Amino acid sequence: MPLLDVENLWVKFPSRQGVFDAVRGVSFTLGRERLGIVGESGSGKSMTGRAILRLIRPPGIVTADKISLEGDDLMLKSEKEMRAVRGQRISMVMQDPKFSLNPVMTIGDQIIEAYRLANKSSKSAARIKSIEMLEAVSIRNPERVMRAYPHEMSGGMGQRIMIAMMLIPNPDILIADEPTSALDVSVQRQVLDIIDKLVTERGMGLIFISHDLNLVADFCDRVLIMYAGRIVEVCDADKLRDAQHPYTRGLLNSLPRLDAPRDKLEVLKRDPAWSEAPSVSGRV
Amino acid sequence: MSMLSVENLSVWFGGGRDRVDAVKHASFSVGVGESFGIVGESGSGKSTILRAILGLTPDWSGAISVDDQPITKKRQKTFYKIVQMVFQDPYASLHPRHSVDQVLGETLYLHGFRDIDARVVQLLDDVGLGSKFRFRYPHQLSGGQRQRVAIARALAPEPKILLLDEPTSALDVSVQAEILNLLTDLRAEHNLTYAMVSHDLSVVGHMCENLAVMKDGEIVEIMGIDALRNNQPSHPYSKELLAASV
Repeated sequence: MPLLDVENLWVKFPSRQGVFDAVRGVSFTLGRERLGIVGESGSGKSMTGRAILRLIRPPGIVTADKISLEGDDLMLKSEKEMRAVRGQRISMVMQDPKFSLNPVMTIGDQIIEAYRLANKSSKSAARIKSIEMLEAVSIRNPERVMRAYPHEMSGGMGQRIMIAMMLIPNPDILIADEPTSALDVSVQRQVLDIIDKLVTERGMGLIFISHDLNLVADFCDRVLIMYAGRIVEVCDADKLRDAQHPYTRGLLNSLPRLDAPRDKLEVLKRDPAWSEAPSVSGRV
Repeated sequence: MSMLSVENLSVWFGGGRDRVDAVKHASFSVGVGESFGIVGESGSGKSTILRAILGLTPDWSGAISVDDQPITKKRQKTFYKIVQMVFQDPYASLHPRHSVDQVLGETLYLHGFRDIDARVVQLLDDVGLGSKFRFRYPHQLSGGQRQRVAIARALAPEPKILLLDEPTSALDVSVQAEILNLLTDLRAEHNLTYAMVSHDLSVVGHMCENLAVMKDGEIVEIMGIDALRNNQPSHPYSKELLAASV
């Protein structure tokens, strides 16, 4: 049985101009693998991630035939029961660490709080565990970081702290929403290596949401390509460069490449038929 | 002949104990019609160089000359007729309550043009927007369209040099391709000189002939684009940067 099974997921936002469908009938499964979701802004990739955790607030509407986490349908859970899922069984790393950490609490206090919510333990034991977690994400002097406030951290450090916090409860699934797009290329690698190590060591499932095709091709096992709220193509990550769908091809061709210089970059020509075609299933 | 030359430029912020040297002894020059790239990680001082050229940093030393004229601490009005900048974030660099017409019209007026109506239409055509966008507000435009307006604004005084600070990093790859193509076309049409900052080596590789690699405020290497393509940078840091990005 897959870890996560999503069937016919829709996310709708009523507006003055009628109902806007951000995600339109997406189905996929996630095993103990690294699943990438790519697409442009507005393609519904982040909304898919948030809908799984039921983080979309009214007036947004989420419907699905099922979102089952190891046979447990999340759509049937009450808000209170969802709280035992969020963070504990499915964790999410957001794009910008600056907006996801509490600015008026030291990092140490935040991690200790997260740890003690997940595990019954004394404050001092939680402190030791927190320092271990910071070491696990390659933070050099965790003692100092524990005393620091979020604004004293660089983007890369902040993102690693977020990852440390998300991993404390030992979740089954990690949803990473553009975890590295606010970071430099050199730091990006480090953060990815950490995520990769943790995913393989703990046998977690990872949903990696990104707009960066090359990154996803390198890092993930399987990729869903989203366009206008639907999945237009599913392929193995190492075969992404041979993708067939004209949208995927267009995205790949619009990237400037060092090894193949061109005077003009190819511009994506959008075909209205792409958004009309039914969603491809990402189930295995 | 060089259009833009920077000699031994240092920029610092604060003073005493809190002094931060953002740029240390940077030198480079860009010829007429050339495009020069500056790459490096965040905090390496690459954007600060552009801001120093434009006069947006109060404390700097060294010599900057534009069109073979050395520039003074207080920029002359004529300076801004030659040098214009396009900023990174098109969401933040346009006034939210000014329409495209106001943004461009005011810039033109301040630069002493009086045939504003015709020029606004011309500018919008130049950047591929067309006059139907003339009376829109920034929130009615997509990211790519906003960046086109920002480019139109920079082109308004008919400058010779455009300073581009990460012009596409806030945009999707498909939109990035459109903006990069637009910049390539404009450079050819108006014989512009570009100085472009980016953290993306492949974008710089696509747009520029020469590039400088920066680390901790210093230029560690200046190389031609062929050296970058053939993967033969000489400085170890440039090698590291190249390895991380491909």
